[in-house]
Amino acid sequence: MVRVPLIGDLAKVNGEGLEGLEHNFITARIENLVKWSRARSCWPATFGLACCAIEMMATGAAHYDLARYGMEVFRASPRQADLMIVAGRVSQKMAPILRQIYDQMMEPKWVISMGVCASSGGMFNNYAIVQGVDLVVPVDVYAPGCPPGPETLMHAILTLHEKIQSGELTRRREENSGGAAIEISESPREIIKPVELESR
Amino acid sequence: MTSEVVETNNQSLSVTNNDERVYLREGSAVLRISESEATSKAGNELTETSDPSEETRMILNMGPSHPSTHGVLRLILELEGETVERSKPVIGYLHTGMEKTAETLSYTQGSTNVTRMDYASPLFTELAFSLAVEKLLEIEVPPRATWIRMLMCELNRISSHLLFQATNGMDLGAVSMMIYGWREREEVLRFFEKVTGLRMNHNYIRPGGVAADLHDGWQADLRNLLEIIPPRLDEYDDLLTDQPLFQKRLQGIGSLNTSEALALSATGPILRSTGYDWDLRRDEPYLAYDQVDFNVIVGTHGDSFDRFAIRLNEVRESLRIVEQILDLMPSGDYRIQDKKITPPPRARIDESMEALIHHFKIFTEGFHVPSGEVYAAVESPRGELGCYLVSDGTSNPYRMHIRGPSFVNLQTLPHLMRGGLIADAVAVISSIDPIMGEVDR
Amino acid sequence: MNVPTVETFGQRVLHPEVEELIDLVTELKQEGFNMVVDLTAVDYLSFPARKNLPENVKPERFEVVVSMINHQTRKRVRLRVQIQEENPVVPSLFDLYPGTESMEREVFDMFGINFSDHPDLTRILMPEDWVGHPLRKDFSIGQIPVQFKASKAKR
Repeated sequence: MVRVPLIGDLAKVNGEGLEGLEHNFITARIENLVKWSRARSCWPATFGLACCAIEMMATGAAHYDLARYGMEVFRASPRQADLMIVAGRVSQKMAPILRQIYDQMMEPKWVISMGVCASSGGMFNNYAIVQGVDLVVPVDVYAPGCPPGPETLMHAILTLHEKIQSGELTRRREENSGGAAIEISESPREIIKPVELESR
Repeated sequence: MTSEVVETNNQSLSVTNNDERVYLREGSAVLRISESEATSKAGNELTETSDPSEETRMILNMGPSHPSTHGVLRLILELEGETVERSKPVIGYLHTGMEKTAETLSYTQGSTNVTRMDYASPLFTELAFSLAVEKLLEIEVPPRATWIRMLMCELNRISSHLLFQATNGMDLGAVSMMIYGWREREEVLRFFEKVTGLRMNHNYIRPGGVAADLHDGWQADLRNLLEIIPPRLDEYDDLLTDQPLFQKRLQGIGSLNTSEALALSATGPILRSTGYDWDLRRDEPYLAYDQVDFNVIVGTHGDSFDRFAIRLNEVRESLRIVEQILDLMPSGDYRIQDKKITPPPRARIDESMEALIHHFKIFTEGFHVPSGEVYAAVESPRGELGCYLVSDGTSNPYRMHIRGPSFVNLQTLPHLMRGGLIADAVAVISSIDPIMGEVDR
Repeated sequence: MNVPTVETFGQRVLHPEVEELIDLVTELKQEGFNMVVDLTAVDYLSFPARKNLPENVKPERFEVVVSMINHQTRKRVRLRVQIQEENPVVPSLFDLYPGTESMEREVFDMFGINFSDHPDLTRILMPEDWVGHPLRKDFSIGQIPVQFKASKAKR
């Protein structure tokens, strides 16, 4: 049952009217409509690297269906994608390519760091793996697990959808000048040097 | 255990054993230039070559982020129009330094490390590592542990080949095959989750046995699997094997003959597709493979269609093995009772001081393995997976090297792609079934 | 050929000198060892007193290990070649077995051992401009120290 509002009634009508819209459809602000549609049709870019890629494909398959969120189209071209799910460990050779793909995506774009190797280097604390992709691209949601099961990945995706819909992310981006710009400045603290192993 | 020569297609190609092309240094299918040189030449026609036939060729870079490569594989292709003349696979985009990490982890932790190399069939790498450690320790695992390992490995072979069917179909454009393949894989992964606790990267096969016993009701679950999967394999035959489009895309594409495959050290379905009958499960039996009956599937033409058919029928053979294991599984311990190697059950830690001390020693320092060097090999879905282990008497390996079959099989790629179109290049990569975690380690 | 042989854990291991390697491999190929299964290397810097080395073989820092298999007789053999530390050079097996091309590139990348007469000896796993050879024992693992560990742990 749709409650017809007064013109001045801008209160949120939860659970009535069109599902998912916070405001009544007649008085909806275009912004909310845009945020709603962005959350509902977030196309991921294929960036499956290692084991997490297999779980990402399993999430897209029939059993744990990603199509129910409109996300089963994994776009190969980054120009057509909104979401980059970094699934797997990022090696030193791969890091510039990750950055290049991220730069080629059009705004608005989001990054989910899937798995512990992407979030923090995981169990591989060594010379070959970048210790967390947030050293390379700005990350919005981190999904832990080795590999995270499809349920964890879906929870991460739904968290991202909530953040998109509430507008929190676009607000933060505007404060940080668009999100794609990362400031690199000299850190006044002492730089942590890698530990030299004593020879056996 | 007989081997079956599968006549998979009607082509009358004569298989010669001329393998000169793999020994060539000049004029080989392998493009031997450095990456920086390829980047500088890419996209333009090769204007500075002395060979006039090369003037219309172009160097193109494919990958590492590309929808049709299996993981992060970069290909530098030298194209004549759309025909691939020479190519170079560039790897290293997933290099994790696992062999160096293994030198800092103890032997109990070793299987957590190696399991992430071949992430489509992780139990095989764990098995190779555990077999190598057990050879150095000179211990015998109990029979039940051996049979449980065999059961889990055959199920893993099934899930890995189903993954191949799915990704092979998708690379050729049959996107519905992707959905079907994953559907069956979920059934197997559900069994794995009940037994090992994880869907992937199980860390289940450890030196000394397996981590936990099979759960109650495993026979019913396996019988359910054995009922569900075979009719669906027949569905794949309907969808793919007999379909003329699929056959035209794969038959005759990426052919190799036996002496070339042996010279390039290719093993697994690639070697068997050329007609060479070699399978480590039957020819150098490990675990209990000499007590079960199965066929080794061998192809005839060495092309991509043979490799597809071999993997599909290997699923059927693995189901046969699983059925035999269901009846023959012995009872007993699931890991060796040597207190220095396997930790005590958690409940005993409250009761006994020795159990607490053994638990502490095993999980902090690890058990010591006598010094020596050994090589142990198993037949993984991709080929011969070996572990070369050097121990110096301490609780960490001194050097652990995993002979990844995909790393060696990738050497065949330029020779298989020569003369084909780019779309055929995609089909060839998919038929080799490389897993980049194992290639780059 | 007469090279020192050791039997360990049921596996036959031969210890040729660097100069004898090509001749030995040719002989094994004629005997029927039709595939090189694996070619890798070990750095014995921290474990110079290694096991199973016959007396008349002089231990060096590096060791190149070649595993071969004979499908007819189902026999395997392993060759351990001692390589010196300064200017490590090994003849390449590419002309006998082209399948060793990637394996030798990996050994070059990880250990810095040069293979003479190899068609394309460039880095394969690390980026091309990487300095150092990661699997050598004096190359640190590059661990970032984890904040909560107060005492210096063994690894």
